Amino acid sequence: PPTSAADLKSTDRPLIAVGVRRRPQEKPVKILVLIELKDLKMLSIDTTRKLSFNRSISNGDLVIVYERHDNMKAVTVSEGSVLQNRFGVFKHSDWIGKSFGSKVFSNKGGFVYLLAPTPELWTLVLSHRTQILYIADISFVVMYLEIVPGCVVLESGTGSGSLSTSLARAVAPTGHVYTFDFHEQRAGSARDDFERIGLSSLVTVGVRDIQGEGFPEEFSGLADAVFLDLPQPWLAIPSAAKMLRHDGTLCSFSPCIEQVQRSCETMQSNFTDIRTFEVLLRTYEVREGKTESKEINGNGSNGSLPCKRRQCSDGANVLSYPNSSVMARPSGEARGHTGYLTFARCLS
Amino acid sequence: MSSSENNNNKLRSSRMTTWEGCSVLLDINDGDRLVFARLSPAAKLKIGNKNCSLQPLIGCPFGTVFQLDTSSDKGPFLSPLQPQGNINKTEEIKDSQSQAESKDGQLNGESKDNRSLIDNNTAQSLTGEDIEDMRRQGAKGNEIIEALIAKSATFDKKTSFSQFLELLTGQPFLDLVLVSEWIELKLMISVQEKYRLKKQKKHAPKVLIRRPVARSICEAYFKKYPLKIGFLQVDTLSLLLSMANVSSNSDILVVDMVGGLLTGAMAERLGGTGFVCNSYPGQAPSMDIVRIFNLSDEICKRIVRSSISDLLSQKESPQQNPNDVGSVESQSNDQMCASISMEETSHSSENVISDLGAENNTFPALRACKAIKAGKKASQEIIDSWKENGFSSLIIAAPDLDTLTLVKDLLPLLSNSAPFAIYHQYLQPLATCMHNLQLEKMAIGLQITEPWLREYQVLPSRTHPFMQMSAFGGYILSGTKICSSC
Repeated sequence: PPTSAADLKSTDRPLIAVGVRRRPQEKPVKILVLIELKDLKMLSIDTTRKLSFNRSISNGDLVIVYERHDNMKAVTVSEGSVLQNRFGVFKHSDWIGKSFGSKVFSNKGGFVYLLAPTPELWTLVLSHRTQILYIADISFVVMYLEIVPGCVVLESGTGSGSLSTSLARAVAPTGHVYTFDFHEQRAGSARDDFERIGLSSLVTVGVRDIQGEGFPEEFSGLADAVFLDLPQPWLAIPSAAKMLRHDGTLCSFSPCIEQVQRSCETMQSNFTDIRTFEVLLRTYEVREGKTESKEINGNGSNGSLPCKRRQCSDGANVLSYPNSSVMARPSGEARGHTGYLTFARCLS
Repeated sequence: MSSSENNNNKLRSSRMTTWEGCSVLLDINDGDRLVFARLSPAAKLKIGNKNCSLQPLIGCPFGTVFQLDTSSDKGPFLSPLQPQGNINKTEEIKDSQSQAESKDGQLNGESKDNRSLIDNNTAQSLTGEDIEDMRRQGAKGNEIIEALIAKSATFDKKTSFSQFLELLTGQPFLDLVLVSEWIELKLMISVQEKYRLKKQKKHAPKVLIRRPVARSICEAYFKKYPLKIGFLQVDTLSLLLSMANVSSNSDILVVDMVGGLLTGAMAERLGGTGFVCNSYPGQAPSMDIVRIFNLSDEICKRIVRSSISDLLSQKESPQQNPNDVGSVESQSNDQMCASISMEETSHSSENVISDLGAENNTFPALRACKAIKAGKKASQEIIDSWKENGFSSLIIAAPDLDTLTLVKDLLPLLSNSAPFAIYHQYLQPLATCMHNLQLEKMAIGLQITEPWLREYQVLPSRTHPFMQMSAFGGYILSGTKICSSC
């Protein structure tokens, strides 16, 4: 492996160099960590990284560890590391070379599944620095903003990057997402996340107060779509109008109806087709129900069905037919209101 | 990178303006009528009882509004309307009763309720005799009414409708002529506006050019001809695309029995990379709707077809020369084209476009017939590569086929850890399918979801969900395929 800068230049393999500083008391030591450029881990833009029967998990890959449908976490595979949970201890080295979608076992015989990351799974496992958007809103936004590969999308605020991930998927490989957050630390965490899931070439995070300053002038007339998730979106709407090309789309997400009213009012000047929606998901549970239908004093005319005949104490005959059927019912719990989505088209 | 950026920008800007031969969605009179059309110099649109050429629409930006201009001697033609600031007024007028309320409400800025009204018939101090006096002196109807209002202690506190009732019931001497004059002046302002709008729609209809994309096509069909798309609502469609991780460079398997809407939407999201393999048992289904999407050649090439039996067959079929198969296909397609275009020309000499849901609902685009670009039969080479690597994901929207057998057949074709999403209008088939997949451990993360979409009217002091809503958008079963042999 290369040990000096000269060696770095001579190799033609793509690599990332990272500097690490030790604890403050000690003399800072720079360590060059060379990793193969596992660009675009989540999106199969690089065809060699595409999901395939022939592709197996390698060191440095991001995997989604699936314990249960409501219990998953994102883990970067690293030789020598382990994952510890209630099922036991899992060695990462056991994972390397296995196919995505495999079942892997712990030292205690418990198991988990290793899934390939997708924006949907990422939304469920990412660390929440802010309240995030979920699949119902995300999928509707991407469709309604008419985002396709090649689009330029502006977003504010970035939050935890849940929507940004799906926006990146929609614009890949030739488009770009410029996302802004006024909180420097959160913007930094988002940047790190995008790096981790391999989206850095598609998403640029900026630190900027969009409500106060608007979007940067350089994007004027270039945006195909603008998404706002701000406490006072009406302050940013005029700027959004400048950014959008003619017939470009705008979406504003607000939890409160008062915010929606004020936003719609502000949109009247530069936008048309202003529509507000809410979208919710209801999930269903399925189970096999075993029931018995009893026929009292029947004569067994349902001859084809197996049945038991029993004599009751009062002399009546009871025929019981065991049934098993798959039944579905709505789940008791649901993710309720998240926010209202207001869409509009730009008239510039 | 910059040259591809340039190409990208050119592509994007060309998508924003209409061109000869492109398909458009014509939104006539704010959604009253939705028509898909292909723009050509000969294309015509029938509005009311007039036929207009669509020629002026060629070369205009999408989003332009046209109005029927009957001033010229040459006949009615469509001319672009200058955008005004009050475009959104139509929404206000729709809600006519509250419109009248708001006019009053806005004048004095207070909201009205009935807390201070006392019903003891003492509110009106102008007597019947006073009214007769006024009439003898030649006072006009509205003057009398204004006087009544001025003398009423409670009148202002009421909403317009209640005001009308008070006039009718509180004054036995008041005849209907008087009241109707008042009504005409005050309350009917909103009705007049509605009337004006109605006449305007008939004699000076507005035509808005919308870009046909997944959203607009799905909404138009759902509104006018939902059967053709299996009642697939736009939020459900968007969920299918997300849940199946539809993105560039993916090879996605789809069973599309919803007219091609799903295939077109997927191809749009792929943007010219990867493949959409439209698969089917038996006969290939219609893919009419794909043609409405204005997909570029690059994207169209990515839509291919293959029967399920071809995908599942073990043999490599070396004897078949893929070129022969391809040319036979395109020959038969050309013949089909030719026969349909002959039908078209004999059918209507004026090439008038038919509305969605009208009896003749075949898209009359085949006039300018080249070989059908989208939906070519998948070459053996590609099928082999899919067998080698597996598909990235699977979407099924096939209400008439048995879900469980279909899924069992197709799931082995997916790569491991590939997501899938199945749409159905009925819950039971999905429940049975989910249960089986769980028992046989073919997939994890299985979930049946029902999306619920509701639109809101947002107006000052009149914000509420729309009275009418779609109750139902279908069910989706989603999950991730797991590696069964590991």
